[in-house]
Amino acid sequence: MDIQKKQKDILGSLFINSIRVLFAILVIVLFLLIGKIVLEGIGMISFEFIFDEPKNNMTEGGIGPAIFGTIAVTIIMVAMAVPLGVFSAIYLSEYAKDSFFYRIIRTSINNLAGIPSIVFGLFGLGFFILFVGKNLDNVLETGLLFGQPALLWASSTLAVLVLPIVIVSTLEALTSVPKSHRDASYGMGASKWQTIKNVVLPQARPGILTGTILAVSRGVGETAPILFLGCAFFLPNLPIVDLCIGDYCIPMINPTEQFMYLAYHIFILATQSSNPTKTLPLQYGATLVLIGLTILLNITAIIFRYKFRKSLGRN
Amino acid sequence: MKELKITVKDLNLYYGAKQALKNITINIPSKQVTAFIGPSGCGKSTFLRVLNRMNDLIDHVNLDGEVLIDGINIYDKSIDVVNLRKRVGMVFQKSNLFPKSIFENLVFGLRLNGIRDKNILMETAELTCKQAAIWDEVKDRLDEPALSLSGGQQQRLCIARALAIKPEIVLMDEPASALDPISTAKIEELIHHLKTKYTIVIVTHNMQQAARVSDYTAFFYMGELIEYDKTSKIFTNPTIKQTEDYVTGRFG
Repeated sequence: MDIQKKQKDILGSLFINSIRVLFAILVIVLFLLIGKIVLEGIGMISFEFIFDEPKNNMTEGGIGPAIFGTIAVTIIMVAMAVPLGVFSAIYLSEYAKDSFFYRIIRTSINNLAGIPSIVFGLFGLGFFILFVGKNLDNVLETGLLFGQPALLWASSTLAVLVLPIVIVSTLEALTSVPKSHRDASYGMGASKWQTIKNVVLPQARPGILTGTILAVSRGVGETAPILFLGCAFFLPNLPIVDLCIGDYCIPMINPTEQFMYLAYHIFILATQSSNPTKTLPLQYGATLVLIGLTILLNITAIIFRYKFRKSLGRN
Repeated sequence: MKELKITVKDLNLYYGAKQALKNITINIPSKQVTAFIGPSGCGKSTFLRVLNRMNDLIDHVNLDGEVLIDGINIYDKSIDVVNLRKRVGMVFQKSNLFPKSIFENLVFGLRLNGIRDKNILMETAELTCKQAAIWDEVKDRLDEPALSLSGGQQQRLCIARALAIKPEIVLMDEPASALDPISTAKIEELIHHLKTKYTIVIVTHNMQQAARVSDYTAFFYMGELIEYDKTSKIFTNPTIKQTEDYVTGRFG
């Protein structure tokens, strides 16, 4: 008996300690990675670096247009992916019956999440630019406006890329709303839509935001899907157009322009530059900004999520 | 028997191929408390849910027969389920307050009807809380989360919430089964007060509770209505042997 117990104790502590070691390795790798980038990149961060355009054959200057492009693409991506994803999830969880068709949709969503991102890039080129864009141009007689690589199509493609993430996390949030709460709502004479709008969705909001956070982080870091979709090598002018109503003009993101993208810019600096060693500090700086931007976007969403959770009365 | 509120004739209900209710015929009086008793799985909760068509929400449920409320068949095609459920409120086994403030829970039903006037909402909240004997406990904390209340308070708030839409009938599905004796006593007292205004149908596992709160008692067994009579008769002098065995605790 005693020997058996001792063996079990040893096995147990061995197990726990090996988990500790693995955990330590993970943390160390993460710290090394981020630490290196922070140490090398922090010196680059300055007002000029953040806001200026690249200069002198991209060996000097800043990354302003790339930051702007990244934020612009992300905003449009979220504006497309989140409503589409949330409504898809509502349909799947609240309205669709468990049928053959339903299972095909579910399987497709899961498979969509596993497709390599470069395939999305080619899909975006083929579908959005050559099919949707070209036909829009023909129908609207706008000349060559939509049928070329542009911010709009890059955002659309990234939206399709992150759609499964939004759908799956929203679905999980919706199905975790207790049946008893739906019963309470129906029991008071609420219609199906009223129940979804007043009971289910408010409780699912934190989950939907989690999906949005994940989607944003994924989208900001992607390079491959937007390679063919209007992501420019060097484009100092921001994709902005003045939207004028009478005398009032508001600068708006111009979705038909090309743009610079932070992740792509880092790739360019590292591989396509005339002098990669000279651009090394720029690469570190840009990487640090990219990581910082992702964290910033995440923190914003996390704050929102915290507020929603608090309004639900549980933390 | 006093004036009738609900009349059920030859009701059969099936979950897919399985028959859950067999030939139920019952007359439920207005402004009285009617209790459904019986062992688990006897169909009493299913039958309760027939009365406000909550079973509509479950797939593969079929039923035939007639359920008349004030003489009108609620399973008629012309009946709007949403309106029906406003007339027939429901309180569930476990408190199912929404994770919103106490006030928002109370006025949920009113908001569904598009009532926005702050005064009307406030008046109704106060009135129904007083009816549900919980006003003194919540009046100073209406903006606090409803889930911060104790279990017994939550269940009484659920009753208040159900009363806020001014139903004619209140269905209660084992409303006190998850509560301590003191909270249970409060709910029972409350039911006693409520029957002056509402027709109450209560499902309970607890036979003493049925004996205490109800005027009429129906005993269900295996999907059938075995016996239905005045509560005093069911508990002291039942006609059918099975009922006697159950109420005296010999089985179930």
